[in-house]
Amino acid sequence: MPVAAAPRTPHAPDADEVPQRKLYRSADGRMLGGVARGLAGHLGLPVGWVRLAFLLLFMWGDGLGVLLYAAFWVFVPLGVGGRTGHRSFFESLPDGTRRLRKPDRGQITALIALFIGAGIFISKVQLGGASGRYVWPTLLVGAGVVLVWRQADNARRAHWSTAAGRHGRLFQVARALAGVALVGVGLTVFIVVRGSAAQLGNVLTATLAVLVGVALLAGPWLIRMTQDLSEERLMRIRAQERAEVAAHVHDSVLHTLTLIQRNAEDVSEVRRLARAQERELRNWLYKPEGTGKDEAEEPATLAEAVKKTAAEVEDHHGVPIEVVVVGDCPLDERLAAQIQAAREAMVNAAKYGGEGGPVQVYAEVEGQTVFVSVRDRGPGFDIDAVPGDRMGVRESIIGRMQRNGGTARLRSAPDGGTEVELEMERAANTA
Amino acid sequence: MTEAGENAGVGETRRVRVVLVDDHRMFRTGVQAEIGETERTGVEVVGEAADVDQAVTVITATRPEVVLLDVHLPGGGGVEVLRRCAPLMAAAENPVRFLALSVSDAAEDVIGVIRGGARGYVTKTITGTDLVDSVFRVQDGDAVFSPRLAGFVLDAFASTDAPPVDEDLDRLTQREREVLRLIARGYAYKEIAKQLFISVKTVESHVSAVLRKLQLSNRHELTRWATARRLV
Repeated sequence: MPVAAAPRTPHAPDADEVPQRKLYRSADGRMLGGVARGLAGHLGLPVGWVRLAFLLLFMWGDGLGVLLYAAFWVFVPLGVGGRTGHRSFFESLPDGTRRLRKPDRGQITALIALFIGAGIFISKVQLGGASGRYVWPTLLVGAGVVLVWRQADNARRAHWSTAAGRHGRLFQVARALAGVALVGVGLTVFIVVRGSAAQLGNVLTATLAVLVGVALLAGPWLIRMTQDLSEERLMRIRAQERAEVAAHVHDSVLHTLTLIQRNAEDVSEVRRLARAQERELRNWLYKPEGTGKDEAEEPATLAEAVKKTAAEVEDHHGVPIEVVVVGDCPLDERLAAQIQAAREAMVNAAKYGGEGGPVQVYAEVEGQTVFVSVRDRGPGFDIDAVPGDRMGVRESIIGRMQRNGGTARLRSAPDGGTEVELEMERAANTA
Repeated sequence: MTEAGENAGVGETRRVRVVLVDDHRMFRTGVQAEIGETERTGVEVVGEAADVDQAVTVITATRPEVVLLDVHLPGGGGVEVLRRCAPLMAAAENPVRFLALSVSDAAEDVIGVIRGGARGYVTKTITGTDLVDSVFRVQDGDAVFSPRLAGFVLDAFASTDAPPVDEDLDRLTQREREVLRLIARGYAYKEIAKQLFISVKTVESHVSAVLRKLQLSNRHELTRWATARRLV
């Protein structure tokens, strides 16, 4: 067969689209139209045999193989199956009646075109040498038609496959253009070799005129149709997004509720679960799309980093942490150190000051300065009374900030809680 | 939330008539219960509403002092309620004041209702006591800022995409900025006063000024405000 198999994209088979007792062309593992693969799956034969049969029919059956193949291609809808996993599904119904889809007008037209093309091919091929000049244009037209028709298959398949990259789309356009060009060249050659070369100019002009007329008449309608289509697609994407959120909410909320029921006695665990769930939902509901889904991803900006750190400490220590972030900037090495220091401060606040209410974290980016404050309303402590061997505050917070060129201030009142203020200049090159 | 200002008056028998607007019945019930549980029982819920139309009807009929307004409501949201109740807010006698009570984290929601004329914004995680304090404070004509709202406001005024209409009115002063920052860090008004060596009243007036600037931070509103005060 003349056309190489297209690169295969993974597809998500929709179970609803595969009703039983129907013959489908295989979208998977096909060489041309997936006819042989689908038929093989349907009949439970090795695909090689079917392909060989088609080939033999083509060689010795006066091109009957091509006709049969084309007919199958046009009438049998593209589906899934014929390959591992789905293969057994087809095998279990060896002689199930074939219920063909109702063909649409485009399919019939193309079928007729194919028949005519094939008919000319057959009749002329047997006429011998002189008719050879008709063979090539016919083949060209045929190849173009095949290209375009495979294109339609791909478009259908794209419905199942959400991963349609820009690269793929470009390729599709290129293929469609190539197909049209092939058909055009083929037809032109036809006209030329039929001896009407003299009239080629006239024919071309007439064709052009007709094309322009059609474009003028159908243009607005076409544009509106594409607009409607893209609008419809947008609506569908929105609906899909909503459904996704709903599914997510449904799953994770149910999960959390179950956990809460199991741990009903453990107040802190229940609180932790509820907080985690709340945070996740907020991420889904109030953040721009695409964020908050990949927890494992390393944050790239200060705001994200602060929120993530607070969330981790909150989860770990079961103390609510309220985060307010003003402004944002990309994370650099010094800010990463500042975040580390802030984490220490948060952990301390959660451990020793958590009883007084939520821990409050405030981060602000103002020009080149990044300020983070961590505040709790716990009992507080006297920094000078902390023994010298306790390195938590001195090393992890104050020391770390100083080593990276920042400052840390610590204020603590016996019953006014503790506040840690961290200030850092951003690295100059990130300005 | 911040602690109560002394102006609420612990021993006084003040009464505040409140209308609750929220589309979740369970939440309304919860707020009712919370308010009832606090020592100061001066808060009286005189009406409830679950959507915009109901809210406007109930508020017009009962003329409460304070409306606790949810940001997300069927029929146009809290902003729509504020828009339709604008005459009530501007009334010379017994103006109706709105306190936004939201679960939303989105800055545009919150800033939206504040621009619409709400006197403050608290999150639904607020305790009953703090909520009652906030209600009293709003009734007094003060603004109620949660740390989160302070953060949003700082953000809104930090972004310089729109040139200020009037330097004096549209910009936050250094002091107001400091006050907002401390609110965002979780300080109570009293603590802010101590920190900045000013009186609690001064803190309150700074906060009210910020709120006013926020509500006027577009040209149209500003013109209206100025006209109403015969400044133009």
